[in-house]
Amino acid sequence: MEGLYAICVGVLTSCGIYLLLRGRTFPVILGLIMLSYAVNLFLFSSGRLYSNRAPILGESGQYADALPQALVLTAIVIGFAMTAFMLVLAIRAYSENGNDHVDGKPADERVHDKSIAAEKGGRKV
Amino acid sequence: MINHLPILPILIPALTGALLLLPFFQNSIQRQRALSLAATLLTLLIAILLFRSSSGATTHYLLGNWEQPFGIVLVADRLSTLLVLLTAILSVGVQLYANAGTDEAGSFFHPLFQYQLMGIYGAFLTGDLFNLFVFFEILLLASYGLLAHSGGKARIRASVQYVTLNLIGSALFLVALGLVYGTLGTLNMASMADRAVLLREDQLVLLEAALILLAVVFGLKTALVPLQFWLVRSYSAATAPVAALFAIMTKVGIYGFYRVHIGTFGHQPALTDGVLGTLFWVMAAVTMGVAIIGVLGSKNLRTLTSNLVLISVANLMLTVAIGTREAITAGLYYLIHSTLVTAALFLLADVIASKRGAAADHFVAARPMSGHTWMGTVFLIVAISAVGMPPMSGFIAKLLILVSAQTSGEQLIAWTCILLGSLSALVALSRGGTSLLWHTTGSKAPAQKTSALPMTALMLFVLFAPVMVVLSGPLTDTLASIAEQLLAPTPEVALQ
Repeated sequence: MEGLYAICVGVLTSCGIYLLLRGRTFPVILGLIMLSYAVNLFLFSSGRLYSNRAPILGESGQYADALPQALVLTAIVIGFAMTAFMLVLAIRAYSENGNDHVDGKPADERVHDKSIAAEKGGRKV
Repeated sequence: MINHLPILPILIPALTGALLLLPFFQNSIQRQRALSLAATLLTLLIAILLFRSSSGATTHYLLGNWEQPFGIVLVADRLSTLLVLLTAILSVGVQLYANAGTDEAGSFFHPLFQYQLMGIYGAFLTGDLFNLFVFFEILLLASYGLLAHSGGKARIRASVQYVTLNLIGSALFLVALGLVYGTLGTLNMASMADRAVLLREDQLVLLEAALILLAVVFGLKTALVPLQFWLVRSYSAATAPVAALFAIMTKVGIYGFYRVHIGTFGHQPALTDGVLGTLFWVMAAVTMGVAIIGVLGSKNLRTLTSNLVLISVANLMLTVAIGTREAITAGLYYLIHSTLVTAALFLLADVIASKRGAAADHFVAARPMSGHTWMGTVFLIVAISAVGMPPMSGFIAKLLILVSAQTSGEQLIAWTCILLGSLSALVALSRGGTSLLWHTTGSKAPAQKTSALPMTALMLFVLFAPVMVVLSGPLTDTLASIAEQLLAPTPEVALQ
């Protein structure tokens, strides 16, 4: 179980990081969501992984740690609120800038700017 | 009677923020201003009481009366209460300035402002690492709103990057929390320190990884290289009172370093001396290098001030890297000084910009300002203090840091960084001041009435520079005892 769990967290994290490095806001938001899933799973595992154990004392001899579950619950709620805010902000940025790139400029335009700058520089020399 | 003071700086802004959203207040900006100002002043009063009461025994406020370390706890020790007091002073000035009209540029300024304060106070007062995360999120969510306040392309663009980076930071914070809980089995700071002593070699490695992750998170909040690039853009895009309030936000990260890396785990050289020790020095030095380039290349006063924030962050990081009692005393003195001076500079930049028409605060020739001499005098005081020249507070602050570097290796890095940083600030501020105040063309601008509120707020911050010098004796004594309490090997908490 530990191996499968660890692979899950790892795959989610790497997908999240890959998406985070994209230039448009939507993949970035998806990346953030994936990353927060991975982090929540990781946080959950900090109380060790058991099956068939209730997080209640006295029910049986063996019990699971309840605190990581509470932490994950809080983290999920906060992550959800943050994602919602980020989505609204991304839509606002789209309507202000006219495109959905993270730094407010489409990639082509930047290349275009650079080539103009290079031409200008070339002329000077 | 149970001492309920520690919870009040969190409760008052929370309740005020909610009240401000009611239609009764939303319909009238005057009512919002009155309520918000009243709450800010009340919190200042409580912060003063809290600071005075903390000089005796530390108050542990058990939420829900759960015993430590099982419940959530607020710890009002001397460091927390000092920073709460500093935030409260800052908030009064910012509130006065915003009440003069900036708050009308967009909706919900006052509720966001109160929630921002709630997050900052909570982060300073909590004694639990997970709650530090929660309060970080509260202050960040409010700061997202404040940064985008009154809209505009530049602000929205800066917001997108600021929010994305901070969400990644939150994810890293949670990973670090998972590692700490997995190894120590607790997130209460006092019992974390106790249990860390008992760890095995292989567990120590995991804990060290968690501490490095936490250093990255605090480094992001503090804007250390390579995580600094969001700061200049967002601070110079924000409205003036918001930027002035954000002066305390980078200090929340520094507080994290002091509290976790030095206060909680500082007694274990195995954890903090290896990779982390080197990391602190490198981050401080490289941040200073980048900040110097930024300072020298700034084209207007707001960008220059944002870059000066980076210099102050680098100086504070040096005190974290040195980590002795003297260094933390110096760091706390510098922290108070730089917060207030930065706030003063941001407000001053806004006042100057409003008087220069289209030229705003850019370093270009323009018509002479109305109230020219007055503005020049204020600029001189603030600039001298920011550079660190006598007789203002910056001088004593930087001197204390210089003296606290003891070994030759420390002196080499710390002295080079601080002196080069001060030199670049001197060059940039003299050049900036010259072009703002002396490079004038054409006739004098028509006299423009500056309302009393912004100037009161500005003077509140400016006056702290000489006051901190006059009171530097008692102040450094108090700060030294705060540093001592932070470094005390056994936290004075009775753990059952």
